[in-house]
Amino acid sequence: MKVLICIGHVPDTTSKIRFTDNASKFDKSDIQFIIGPYEELALTRLLDIKDAGTDLHITAVNVGPVETEATLRKALAMGADEAVRVNAEPLDALFTAKQIAEVYKKGTYDFIVTGKESIDYNGGQVDGMIAEILGIPSIPSASKFEIMGSVAKAEREIDGGKEVVEAAFPFVIAAQKGFAIDPRIPGMRGIMAARKKEILVFEPSEQANITKIIHHYLPEAKSACKKVAADNVEELVRLLHEEAKVI
Amino acid sequence: MINFENYFDIDTLLSEEHLLVRNSAKKWVSRTISPIAEEYNRLEKSMHSFIKDLGEYGFIASFIPLEYGGSGMDYISYGLIMQELERGDSAIRSSASVQTSLVMYPIWKFGSEEQRKKYLPLLADGSMIGAFGLTEPNHGSDPGGMETHVTETEGGYILNGAKMWITNAPVCDIAVVWAKNENNRIKGYLVERNFEGFTSPETKNKWSLKASATGELVFNNVFIPKANVLEGVSGLKGPMMCLNSARYGIAWGVLGAAAACIETALNYSLQRKQFRKPIATFQLTQKKLAEMTTEFVKAQLLAWRLGILMNQGKATSAQISMTKRNNVFTALTIARESRQILGAMGITGDFPIMRHMMNLESVITYEGTHDIHLLITGNDLTRISAFY
Repeated sequence: MKVLICIGHVPDTTSKIRFTDNASKFDKSDIQFIIGPYEELALTRLLDIKDAGTDLHITAVNVGPVETEATLRKALAMGADEAVRVNAEPLDALFTAKQIAEVYKKGTYDFIVTGKESIDYNGGQVDGMIAEILGIPSIPSASKFEIMGSVAKAEREIDGGKEVVEAAFPFVIAAQKGFAIDPRIPGMRGIMAARKKEILVFEPSEQANITKIIHHYLPEAKSACKKVAADNVEELVRLLHEEAKVI
Repeated sequence: MINFENYFDIDTLLSEEHLLVRNSAKKWVSRTISPIAEEYNRLEKSMHSFIKDLGEYGFIASFIPLEYGGSGMDYISYGLIMQELERGDSAIRSSASVQTSLVMYPIWKFGSEEQRKKYLPLLADGSMIGAFGLTEPNHGSDPGGMETHVTETEGGYILNGAKMWITNAPVCDIAVVWAKNENNRIKGYLVERNFEGFTSPETKNKWSLKASATGELVFNNVFIPKANVLEGVSGLKGPMMCLNSARYGIAWGVLGAAAACIETALNYSLQRKQFRKPIATFQLTQKKLAEMTTEFVKAQLLAWRLGILMNQGKATSAQISMTKRNNVFTALTIARESRQILGAMGITGDFPIMRHMMNLESVITYEGTHDIHLLITGNDLTRISAFY
């Protein structure tokens, strides 16, 4: 069985975010990039399934310039079998989805796994778009996933409960928290083995950008916490009413 | 908070693979060791119980070739692993150092092919725990005066004597023991746990490395088969080559302990208020933070440069001594200064500083004392020995 897993190349969550070009572009300098946390959980789950005995060949894919290869290399060190990089700056969700759909068509994959959203732009659209382009089912925001012979079973958290779905292959599934417990840490032998694994580079297929970022805004800095003595309820109420204006 | 660990952009001196190694070890330590470090020290529980995990992730045997179960990595990777382990606690780093540099290294370098194949894969995956016996009750800085000895007998040797201050001694499955033969030559012997006459009582009541099993190795007419002799080396050169590798790891390891202390002190100084201002506002606090970071960066660059020389096979014993001495002293000074910044809070187990400080009091003594390393540098400069 072959799976294509989308690996996001996103800024570390502790990064200091800055913009350039009149706040229309994200400033990548001095930023440490990591695998998107949802994709990291997704890859961990696939590796767990593989370790439990399912014959699974895992291909990690990223749409991005050459610097994203460090992130793909980490996916290989974690245990992915090979990697594909589509050599293009991903400018919007449709562009990315189109490229991944093309990679899918070039191989003989049984299903595609993504994170539920990237943690930089939080678009949350790529998984659905890939499924739509390919005309296959999509399982968004899955918190559990298993393969049971010729079908896959997933659990989704929905308002007030859980939904259990089954899908025949092929399909696209997007992982969220719960997909795996802790992301797998690459071992030293995995890091060394990753040296020998191949990262294939594909040129992008044509797809016009249909969105354009005009401006970025940073959230306002949080003001310092005010501590109120435990027995001073009056002051707490006054602050909530007059300063925070929430009551 | 500023990333003081990358103050001189040292990350650009490291490869993509080195960063992956460091981040993996760091993540494992923060997930596995840091949450239990205080409790293990308080209850004097030994961290050797994590040796299987160290083996699984390849945090031991990193520079041992793949064919013997290692990862075949370079010395910078080994250093980075030691740094991250010691960020958690010196005890876990000590276990990894001993296993890799003092047990696997001599078997790899001085052992027969049979010995390599028999022991190295089991030591690499943590199925076996190793110890290294050089120091004796009456011979610490003077290992050449060792009293432990062997006499030849049919099919092997009879070993008698005792070693002291041995990391992992009470829990080891195998010990690399250095002893004099009848020709007064020092040779290495592989002593297995089940050899009759071999015992390893634990050393109790330590105020340092409380999460490390330390003990004695006692040999009472222990028969050592000829197959268990490290034939590839004789003289003090054997144990000294092992110590070079281990001391190199310590030079990196203590950077982790130092970084944990600076990070704690810097955070605390920005939050703790006195006279209605964070104590980081005060010049004397800033002096401590600035000096600690300056010394940390210098130690970091020294370790990195030594790593390059190790990779090139050009590092000298004297360079290793200088780096071990400087970096351990730097880390211990940083721990003491960080403790000052935390005031009374610094002595509690709520923060890692006092634990690191107590551990570093051992690290500044073991594997060559602070003074002995100074004499090694003095000897190297003047070509005059001032040891005795």
